[in-house]
Amino acid sequence: MKHKEVPLFRVYVWERPVRIYHWINALCILVLCVTGYLIGNPIVLQHGGNDASNHYFFGWIRFIHFATAYLFLFNFLFRIYWGFVGNRYANWKNYFPYSKKHFQNMWDVLTVDVLQIRKKDIETPGHNAVANFMYFITFLAFLFEVITGFGMYSAMSDNWFSDLFRWVIPVFGGDLILRMIHHAVMWVFVVFTIVHVYLVFYHDYVDGSGVLSSMAGGWKFVSKEKFLKKNQEKAAEGK
Amino acid sequence: MDETTSSVWEEMKNKGYSRRDFLKFCAWMGAFIGVESTGISSVVRAMETKKRPAVIWLHLQECTCCSESFIRTSHPIVADIILDNISLDYTETLQAAAGHQAEAALAKSMKDNWGEYILLVEGSVPTGEDGVYCCIGGKTAEMRLKEAAEGAKAVIAWGNCASNGCVQAANPNPTTATPIHKIINGKPLIKVPGCPPIGEVMAGVIVHIMAFGTIPQLDGQGRPLAFYSRRVHDTCYRRPNYDAGLFVEEFDDENARKGYCLYKVGCRGPVTYNACGVTKWNEGTSFPIQSGHGCIGCSEADFWDHGPFYQHLASFPGFGIETTADKIGLGLGVATGVGIAAHAVITNISKKDEINEHIETSSVPDGDREGE
Ligand code: HEM
Ligand code: SF4
Ligand code: SF4
Repeated sequence: MKHKEVPLFRVYVWERPVRIYHWINALCILVLCVTGYLIGNPIVLQHGGNDASNHYFFGWIRFIHFATAYLFLFNFLFRIYWGFVGNRYANWKNYFPYSKKHFQNMWDVLTVDVLQIRKKDIETPGHNAVANFMYFITFLAFLFEVITGFGMYSAMSDNWFSDLFRWVIPVFGGDLILRMIHHAVMWVFVVFTIVHVYLVFYHDYVDGSGVLSSMAGGWKFVSKEKFLKKNQEKAAEGK
Repeated sequence: MDETTSSVWEEMKNKGYSRRDFLKFCAWMGAFIGVESTGISSVVRAMETKKRPAVIWLHLQECTCCSESFIRTSHPIVADIILDNISLDYTETLQAAAGHQAEAALAKSMKDNWGEYILLVEGSVPTGEDGVYCCIGGKTAEMRLKEAAEGAKAVIAWGNCASNGCVQAANPNPTTATPIHKIINGKPLIKVPGCPPIGEVMAGVIVHIMAFGTIPQLDGQGRPLAFYSRRVHDTCYRRPNYDAGLFVEEFDDENARKGYCLYKVGCRGPVTYNACGVTKWNEGTSFPIQSGHGCIGCSEADFWDHGPFYQHLASFPGFGIETTADKIGLGLGVATGVGIAAHAVITNISKKDEINEHIETSSVPDGDREGE
């Protein structure tokens, strides 16, 4: 028999709350992008012979956008909370490139996986360094959409919660600018999603660690040897 | 100054208005500036007893459309009383005096009412080239404004020029036109933006100050809430069409004839704070949207730079006038797709060994692999 044994560890990377967060977030972003795009470029569903009193089509699109916005925000706040109480892979510290090591890791990923001009083994059970940094950027984009979105919303709602965002319009100098930026940032999400989905497939294919299914079951498969070595390093760092 | 020692009521009596006219005027103005019906009596009392405030109206770098709008306020008494008597201590366009006489009148008015007068400013201040672009009576606009503001009780910025710079400040702003709030500080300042502002709104702001002796409640950008707290869109009579999804797509289509919403042909009502939908223009006759053209956002900062006016969002800055954020976004999306495809191909080449090794070293049940 010609097969070599590769001992794999099954690592529980994404806990259930993280997985639920992920899919609610994905759904929210999809809905917000679609309804947002339609708010910017509405379809004219009816032509001729129609009386406004019978329809509320555009009103519903906006309603869905705003309702989803609330879900999106609270889901996001929950994730921040989980960054403090969740496991090692969910910890908020992963997302800030604060140490020299983090930058070294980012460089590795850039040269090995993105540009592919160097070869090195960089298996990480959680996200890799660049991915973490990208998520940090998307968190900022989330925050930005929430602030600009609720800023605009404060002008059309008497709700106390959106009233908390009254300061936003004066800061940006007008609703038009706010809408422009809010609209433009939508494309950040579109581009992010394309790259994100591709990279999941890429890693599933190249590393064979089961990333693609990890957001469903939570498991990734990592070589036993490397996992133990990483663990030791972590423990050493902790001291 | 004699004129400013009498009240509005005394002035009206002198002009031959009846008590009934006076009360009607107070009720109309009171309703307009947003006091409750029980508060009308305080407006009446103020108009009867309070000495009319001295008013100085400066014209800086502007086109006089604000004055034009003001003298067309629909209530005759507004023009007669407020304009004729109150604001005429000094105003370049409407005063009878000229030259040295006018300058002397201004100096006297400022001196007599130091710390008490209300300063109305129409126009922006060009600060470029030491202010040579606008000099009046041998002084630059900036000098005149600073001098006059010094002794003012409150300052009102008339129109978009004084409030935001307006057309003179539009890119590339050759004269460095500057809104007045960036020149003067330490004084209560009310912005009444619009190009021009609605005459009734202007009168309302003055009446508020006269009646209550205080400046009206302002929003985060310094505009009176009574007139600028709602977007044109919030009071637009075409709004039901917007909510229904009934839009004009071209100015000569069937939907335009039906009076549908103008959002898709560039209406800026959703991003513009003004009273057009309620007060309307020219004695309440109409307003742009009622005449079939979208709002161009004339009461918002930098609206000239947010073109073209026939898109509800401005073009993306730095990419030419036809380029919307969506075009750029779509371009980025496509570029990303191409990048990914290339990356996928390269991966299969450069990571071939690694992938093959994974396949080689995978555990396979005995006898499943061919040739074994
Ligand atoms: C992933 C996040 C989001 C995306 C991609 C997104 C996208 C968009 C887009 C493209 C528009 C159209 C702008 C235009 O062309 O005029 C829009 C409008 C708007 N969005 Fe969002 N949005 C997001 C989150 C939010 C959030 C969290 C809020 C908070 C309430 C919000 C509130 C609004 C409001 C108030 C408008 C203007 C709607 C109107 O005036 O009818 N959005 N959004
Ligand atoms: S015409 Fe303009 S202001 Fe009126 S509902 Fe449509 S978008 Fe709003
Ligand atoms: S409808 Fe808009 S552009 Fe027209 S006058 Fe009113 S605020 Fe200005």
